Order: sequence, then C-alpha cells, then structure tokens
Amino acid sequence: MKPFLYIRPKNLKEAIDAVSFHPQASFIAGGTNLLDLMKRGLAFPEKLVDINHLPLKKIEQKRGILRIGALALNSDVARHKLVNDQHPLLVQAINEGASGQLRNMATTGGNLLQQTRCPYFYDTAFPCNRRQPGSGCSAVNGINRHHAIFGVDEGDPDQSCIAVHSSDMSVALVALDAEIVIAGQNGERKVPLTGLYRAPGNRPNLSANLDKGELITAVEIPDSRYGKNVHYLKVRDRASYAFALVSAAVALDMRGNSISSASISLGGVAYMPWRLPTVEKFLTGQPANDALFKQAADMSVAGARPFKHNAYKVKLVRNVIYESLKTAAGIA
Amino acid sequence: MADEHGNVPQYPDENFFGNLLEDRRLFLKQTMAIAGLTLTPISFLKATGQEEDELPVGDEEKVQLTIQINGKRRKLSVDPRTTTLDLLREKLLLTGTKKGCDFGQCGACTIFIDGQRLLSCLSLAVMQHGKKITTIEGLHQGESLHPMQEAFVKHDSFQCGYCTPGQIMSAVSCIREGCAGSEDEIRSYMSGNLCRCGAYPNIVSAILDVKSSGQKV
Repeated sequence: MKPFLYIRPKNLKEAIDAVSFHPQASFIAGGTNLLDLMKRGLAFPEKLVDINHLPLKKIEQKRGILRIGALALNSDVARHKLVNDQHPLLVQAINEGASGQLRNMATTGGNLLQQTRCPYFYDTAFPCNRRQPGSGCSAVNGINRHHAIFGVDEGDPDQSCIAVHSSDMSVALVALDAEIVIAGQNGERKVPLTGLYRAPGNRPNLSANLDKGELITAVEIPDSRYGKNVHYLKVRDRASYAFALVSAAVALDMRGNSISSASISLGGVAYMPWRLPTVEKFLTGQPANDALFKQAADMSVAGARPFKHNAYKVKLVRNVIYESLKTAAGIA
Repeated sequence: MADEHGNVPQYPDENFFGNLLEDRRLFLKQTMAIAGLTLTPISFLKATGQEEDELPVGDEEKVQLTIQINGKRRKLSVDPRTTTLDLLREKLLLTGTKKGCDFGQCGACTIFIDGQRLLSCLSLAVMQHGKKITTIEGLHQGESLHPMQEAFVKHDSFQCGYCTPGQIMSAVSCIREGCAGSEDEIRSYMSGNLCRCGAYPNIVSAILDVKSSGQKV
C-alpha cells in the first residue's frame, strides 16, 4: 500500500474541502471496499479523509420522507424500527447483502458507491477499460457468467464495460424511488438515486455522477403505499454471502386484488439497479394473478443482450420476476 | 457537474493542481491546515497534560493513537497503512486473530470493536482511536475458557483450527445478538466465517449447546 496522510476533519465543510482541493484524496467511511482496492493496488489515495465522526448517522422521518444519514451502518438501517415499519423491502435487501461483519462496517453512502466485483477489474494482468480506458474489456470475450445483460453499450462493448453493480441495498432503494442528498463546494443538491450511476460508455472508469469532493450525506425515501406487498429475491451461487447472479426488488400497491401501481428493479444484470418501467406500466390497474405475472416475466427480458456465459440470466430474470411478483402479491 | 452528455470528470485535470503540486511540502502543509491537523510535535501535545486526544496525531509515517485492547489501554504509534489486524498480530503479538484472505472474504480476522463483530483486515488501526477492541485473547476469564471455547472443544468444531478464533468471535456474537434461535438462523448468521475443513455442522452444534445451556456469553 502506498503511504498516505490520514486526517479526521472536524466538520462537513472541512471534509469536502480536504477532498476537493487535493488531486489524490479520498473519503473513507466503512472502508470495506476502499481498503480492499488499496491493498490490491487499484486505489492509491495520498490522503484519506475519515468522515466517520461527522454527524451523518441519523435515521428519521420528516414530512412523509424517511431520511437515512449516509453514515448509518447497513446493520443499523436493517435493525431500525422506522425502516422495518415502512420499508421492509429495504431491510430484506440489506440483510441479503455481504456478511454480518461487513454489514456492521459498511455505510449507506459507501454501499451505493461500491466498485464492481468483475474479476478482470481486480486482476491487473488483464486489460480492463474500467481500470484503464481504451485498453479493452476482458469480459466481453472472456468468462462473463456474472456480467451484464442490460445497459450494455450499443457501440463496441469491447471499448466499454459489461460489469454489474453489486449492491443489494441499492436495488431496493431504486425500487422505492429513493433520492440522494449530495454536499459539495456548491452547497447541497438532491438527485434521484438512479441519477448517481453513469452509463459506462467509453469511459467506464467514471462510474458515478459526482464531482470531486462531493459527498453523499443522506438517502431519502418517499412515502409509499406498498405496505407488506414487497419482496426482495436474490439468487446466487450459495445460500448466503455471495453476490447476486440476479436479484429483484418488487413493490406492489395493492387495492384489494388489483395492482394500482408497481415498482420493479433488478440487481446483478447491469451497471446499476435496473428498473423495468414497461413491466410496471403493464401491471398497473390489473388484477393480480398467475397468468398476469407470467406475461410480466416474459416482458421483463425484452432488450436483454446476453454474452457467451450469461445467457442463463435471461431465463433467471424471468423466473425471479415471476416468483417475486407472486410473493409480493401474496399469491405464492 | 455533469455536462450535457452526462459525463463527469472524476479527477480534475493536472493543470488545475499543477501549481499546487510544484511545492509538495507547502502543499501538504496547506492541506493539513485545511484539515485542522497541525504539525505540532507530539511532545508539546503531551506537555499540555491532555490525557485523551480527540484526534489521532501524526503524519504519513507515524500516527499516535490510544486504543483499549482486551481491557487494557494502549498508547500506540503506527504507520497509517497498518490494518487493525496487522496491529494486533505484528505489533502487539496478539496472534490469536488470524489472517486468512486479508480481503474481507473469509472472516478469520473477526474481532469486536465497541462490542460489534467486524473484520480487522478491512479496517485501519488509525480509525480505531478511542475505541474498545476485544480479540479471542480477551474472551476467557482468568484461567477458564469462555463457554463458547469449551463448546468448540467439546463438539470437535474444528480440524486445522485456523478459522476457529474468528468462528468463536462470531459464535459469541450470534448468541449475544439473539440470532441462535434455529440451525438455519445460526448458519445464516455464521455465513461470513468460512471453514475449509468443513466443520460447519459441529460449529452449529457448539452454538446450539451454549445457547440451550443458558450460559452468559
């Protein structure tokens, strides 16, 4: 690991300045991803700005919005009464992610910004556009079992990146229409969580729409009428502690047996949690039943672009959507 | 800010920082001043009679910090790159905590920090300033083993033993956090601790045994 200066800023402004005005400075919160990258020589900050002591841990309800501080730990969020009462989908998703030890370390903001787990990104013996734009993508013609089937660059994927975003939490947050609060040199701004993620294009090294020195300070989830009609289904290579091959966060606003609105987001299939607006629209106003969900499942894979080893994900997405819709609607 | 194509430069271009980087020493001083960290010698800080500093103090080579480890307060001087795991093993010779993968994937390095189990390999020692750490060496009381250690021996919950300290730390946590209600719950809770000898069934038995005995862990 390269030497670095470690500092603990006293307040948010000091923290933002410290990263804004140093070309190689990084925030560190939980550190579960950054330290991993530093040990592997994939990140080499000259200055680490420890933000753990900033007052950004609070989880509170304000005017129909649940606000989760960016430094709230994954385990704190999943245990919190407000979150359990209002957004069980988020609790399910967080508890499906990583291990208990990691959930005790990982923060809400850090989780959203985690780096991909594509093995070619981590193995510096292989070309990787995410590490070095223009060098080529080893996954396109390599072992791409874990890679994307949606959001693949329409040009030459070899000049882009087909890695997937690994967060479970974010898949649920996207389904819940979460927004993020970002603080920076120009004050505070709020954007939909989906606006944080940047399509890889030919510069996949820039994965988030954040300016240098900008810091996520909170996640805000608007009130919804989903109640208990939600389900997070994650399929992976072992029963626990593995990244998703495919996951789905499904939330239904049910009036009696009728679906008055639906929200669906997929994990493990794209560079960001992948919403399915066409399927959501199709389900709206329909009575929940098996035949409807089969149709929705078939629609869910429209536009998928599989590679040599991940064509199974097309079928898996269909099955995951079908199962999670049934469970969310309570007709399983 | 994003331009109309949604592209955002992650790092400012070199020219922007060129003049700052010309004098790296001045630059470091400036950034440290911004961060409220001074280059005041440690001896001066000690002379003020301040027992517990609010911040760990130091530079890129050494940082001074205080951590309570297994009930004992330790004043330490560490390279900022030192992980909590390396601090424990290499500097304090508390080698009970094991280095398995060193990348947060195996759980062998599980310790308690302020009572919560986490991975010492993915945390920096400097980030633990002012905190309380418990390692496997801090579990037993006096000459007798901790009930979970006893149970691991009784149930033959290991072969090579390398993952065992981490398993025991998680096992204790499992009961303390009320997650030992069933075999399934235990297996799920313990899934962050890998055992390549495959002692899983006996680890689960040990936890169930301690749970049902009602002993305080």
